[in-house]
Amino acid sequence: MEICNACRYCEGYCAVFPAMELRRAFSDQDLNYLANLCHNCRGCYYACQYAPPHEFGINLPKVFAELRVQTYAQYAWPAPLARAFERNGVLVSLIAAFGVAAVLILTMLLQSSGVLYSAHVGPGAFYTVIPYPVMLVLSAITFVFALLAFAMGFRNFWRDTGGGPVDGRAIGRALHDVFTLRNLGGGGHGCNDLDESFSGARRWLHHAMFYGFLLCFAATCTASLYQDFLGMRPPYGWFSLPVVLGTAGGIGLLVGTVGLFGMKLIGDPAPTARRLLGMDVALLMLLAATSLTGLLLLALRATAAMGVLLAVHFGFVLALFLVLPYSKFVHGVYRSAALLRYAVEMTPSRASSSSSAAS
Amino acid sequence: MVDFSRVWDVLVIGGGNAALCAAITAREAGASVLLLEHAPRDFRGGNSRHTRNLRAMHERPTSVLTEAYLEDEYWDDLLRVTSGNTDEALARMTIRVSAQVTPWMEAAGVRFQPSLTGTLNLSRTNAFFLGGGKALVNAYYATAERMGVDILYDTEVQTIDCDDGFCRSASISSKGFPETVRARTMVAASGGFQGNIEWLKQYWGEAADNFLIRGTPYAKGRVLRNLLDQEVAPVGDPTQCHAVAIDARAPKFDGGIVTRLDCVPFSIVVDRAGKRFYDEGEDFWPKRYAIWGRLVAQQPGQIAYSIIDAKSEKLFMPSAFPAIRADSIAELAGKLGLPAEALQETVQRFNAAVQPGRFDNMTLDECRTAGIEPPKTHWARAIDTPPFAGYPLRPGITFTYLGVRVNEQARVLMKDGRPSGNLFASGEIMAGNILGRGYLAGFGMTIGTVFGRIAGREAARHAAN
Repeated sequence: MEICNACRYCEGYCAVFPAMELRRAFSDQDLNYLANLCHNCRGCYYACQYAPPHEFGINLPKVFAELRVQTYAQYAWPAPLARAFERNGVLVSLIAAFGVAAVLILTMLLQSSGVLYSAHVGPGAFYTVIPYPVMLVLSAITFVFALLAFAMGFRNFWRDTGGGPVDGRAIGRALHDVFTLRNLGGGGHGCNDLDESFSGARRWLHHAMFYGFLLCFAATCTASLYQDFLGMRPPYGWFSLPVVLGTAGGIGLLVGTVGLFGMKLIGDPAPTARRLLGMDVALLMLLAATSLTGLLLLALRATAAMGVLLAVHFGFVLALFLVLPYSKFVHGVYRSAALLRYAVEMTPSRASSSSSAAS
Repeated sequence: MVDFSRVWDVLVIGGGNAALCAAITAREAGASVLLLEHAPRDFRGGNSRHTRNLRAMHERPTSVLTEAYLEDEYWDDLLRVTSGNTDEALARMTIRVSAQVTPWMEAAGVRFQPSLTGTLNLSRTNAFFLGGGKALVNAYYATAERMGVDILYDTEVQTIDCDDGFCRSASISSKGFPETVRARTMVAASGGFQGNIEWLKQYWGEAADNFLIRGTPYAKGRVLRNLLDQEVAPVGDPTQCHAVAIDARAPKFDGGIVTRLDCVPFSIVVDRAGKRFYDEGEDFWPKRYAIWGRLVAQQPGQIAYSIIDAKSEKLFMPSAFPAIRADSIAELAGKLGLPAEALQETVQRFNAAVQPGRFDNMTLDECRTAGIEPPKTHWARAIDTPPFAGYPLRPGITFTYLGVRVNEQARVLMKDGRPSGNLFASGEIMAGNILGRGYLAGFGMTIGTVFGRIAGREAARHAAN
């Protein structure tokens, strides 16, 4: 980091470098902040005159990726669950498998095979397979717990990296950075997604995944409004709002996750932390499986396959909610928090921009 | 695999900015091009990989430059740093052409930083490459490969077979295997000789063993030597090199920008006997840092030590290597390997000579010494606030000035003044025509880009005839 701060050639790439330039020495807390500010675009790796095999061996994307996972464990709530980040890929995969298996087995045990394997149509069709209160309670508990864990993690990050007040403008700027992924723009020219060449693919695939996820969430919210306030029970028509939102979201989620997974397979491994690949892939695959089973359920909901598909889909959703705070998903929480800290730091009153001379 | 039985239109010798500009321009003009880079792929790009910006004339603000920087001001800047060691016709042409190069660079894949961020003090005169020189080099290589330029790494040109200024072939060592390359024209863009310690010793003696080379170790000057031995006209003082004082803990080669130390004007600098030897506060650091390489090179053991106290710690750019700190001067002397008594006496005498005044690091302030030799004429403050900190300094060689003489077509000139039949030159190997002394930030990249473009164009044209 001292080498980077003495060089500063990368200051045009992303927020990490201007944030670094505000400092002369780097505490562990500073590094936790900078690591989470890093969007892993790799621009600085390919531009670095000190990258391996240079004897300085600078490889910020890799070092930051490894440090980030340590911070996920450090900020995890409740603290004992920090261990979930040790072999995260295995854990997330196992929970996904158990989630699906458990829902399937329970459904089979509790429902007669006649109900599970026959076609149902009309209002409340899904609930003949899995009763609505069961669905509601299980989803709500896991989801609310995830939100609580996120909030506590956010708080832990904020305290660790210096605390301090936040104003509305900083929040606005941070949200803008979160929703546009401005820092995956490589200063306006794209990132080194795969290798030395530049592209915007990773940013757009992440957008597809992120907004796909939000659309799915919006679909769920509108569906519950339909049901609890308008008294309309699912399944809803093909062109109803929940189904349109869910379909678009599901497709986005599927395209984004599969695309990002593919990029991980073919990208240059040098600036990555291969050790942590399992964690990334496990969440991507869980999200992909959730959206794929959701879309299949939609397509086949009027057939006899609905019962099993619903159980599988619900199993994936439950597993997803359960692992959210202990998976790669938390990067979104800490990235957002780091961007908020950045927005606070860079407000004009404190941004006494330092300048450097030429080479 | 490259077929060595071919005859290329243009052989480009070198793999830095000037070579790449020549290769891409010649290929754009339809020539077949082979580029030979001495370094392996990971270290390709010569000294260009350590650069950061390019000085460009402009009449109005552009997307990457602020305000205006006109020909006469540019020329005045060049005249001042070179003390007249330049060729006005070549220099003014370079300056004028520099106004046109940034759009071509962008078309060739180079990305610039927007003019408003960061280094405001230079964004009027210099366009900054996003990510620096290695990113620029990466972009040019990607473009050259896409256009069909043949590129060989790990390939050193050893001799060029010239007959009365007409070059037919080059003997090379490609990944250790000897080969011969034939071409209709050649562009020499292989840099200076600062990576060749033995050659530096011809002028500096054993002291050169203690020099650190800030850039590529592949600038051996082999092609330069070979051409000068074949009646090519030299240019530039062979004994001179651009030398700055850098952190002595830097690697022998390729330390680049991060080894620089900007603490000298706020410090006292002593030799290994603990004695001061030059006015540390003579002028602003950007105007003085290039003399300190020579000053340190002239001290015994080619080493010196810059010593500050806690008051000055935050006045300069952070450096890659940590300061060596101590709570007393004697302890600091021990850590630096200096005689403690001598250093204490130097500091005491200096502190006693400091005159009262208001310190201001942004101006040539009134803080100076009286009654000691050498004096410190600005920013002189007593070294009295622990912790004290020291940095060891050694000469860091950036580039050499010796080169081959060229004309406005980038054609190499022979000792009798005639232009070579088919040999062109660009970059550091000919920069001494224009920058015969001193240093102007970003001007080396300007010369390399302008003459690389000219050499590539002229070589392609000659090959086509």
